[in-house]
Amino acid sequence: MTDVRDALMIGTRTDGTTVQRPLSPHLQVYKPQITSVLSIMNRLCGIATSVGTLLMVWWLVASAGSPHAYASMQSFMGSWGIVLLFGWTVALVYHFVAGLRHLAWDAGYGFELPQVYASGIATLVATGAITLLIWIIGLVVYL
Amino acid sequence: MSNASTGGAAPKVTIMRSQLSRARGMGAAGSGVHHWKVERITAIALVPLTTWFIYAVLHLLGAPQAGVHRFVHNPWNAVLLLAIVTMTFHHMQLGLQVVLEDYVSNHKWQMASLLLNKAVALILGLLCVVSILRMAFTA
Repeated sequence: MTDVRDALMIGTRTDGTTVQRPLSPHLQVYKPQITSVLSIMNRLCGIATSVGTLLMVWWLVASAGSPHAYASMQSFMGSWGIVLLFGWTVALVYHFVAGLRHLAWDAGYGFELPQVYASGIATLVATGAITLLIWIIGLVVYL
Repeated sequence: MSNASTGGAAPKVTIMRSQLSRARGMGAAGSGVHHWKVERITAIALVPLTTWFIYAVLHLLGAPQAGVHRFVHNPWNAVLLLAIVTMTFHHMQLGLQVVLEDYVSNHKWQMASLLLNKAVALILGLLCVVSILRMAFTA
């Protein structure tokens, strides 16, 4: 062993012999838990929100463009695009709320396991509630 | 104690070099927590900006094109839109970079995907910026 990083992977058995531990745990051997599932969801929703920004780009470009461009953007958002808009809202709201949870952790709050579970449940409830609220307001304004 | 049960020789650590150089260079990346910090700073900025953006979208739902133009013609709205667009694409680029670094193991593909990530974020962001400015500066 010559690389100093390899030294970090050396563990000791109870009988005192050394053993080379794997670098990272294998995801598939763990039972899904609220902590890990919400963490994976945060990353997936971040990726989905990134895809959703394409709708924002189209909205801005079409608004600044020709009347025809604006009309075709509007007709898409009012038909099939509404599914994408709803998906974008869910992903954005989840990533937003989970992001607030992360910022609280970064500030040093909420690390006790009961708090982690409680804030995890709260994240899911808040995501549902805020998404519904946005869409109820949106449908009232739109219809 | 025999090593027969371990299926091979037990690893032995023979490193003479101090960890100090690694600590000074702040690890293999050669940089410290800058990426992590900027990710958080843009996240904090996006909390009020995203809230405002959802209000703006709800306000402009089904609006005629002239209505959108009037909205963006207001300097406050134009500036807030520019702010959310730049913060969004910056934060998006930083976040996707971590995903790519985690899952694209081939070095060349990882480098290519990281550059593409930066390029797409830059182009989409600038596209939004020009569109906003065009509406902001035309009556």
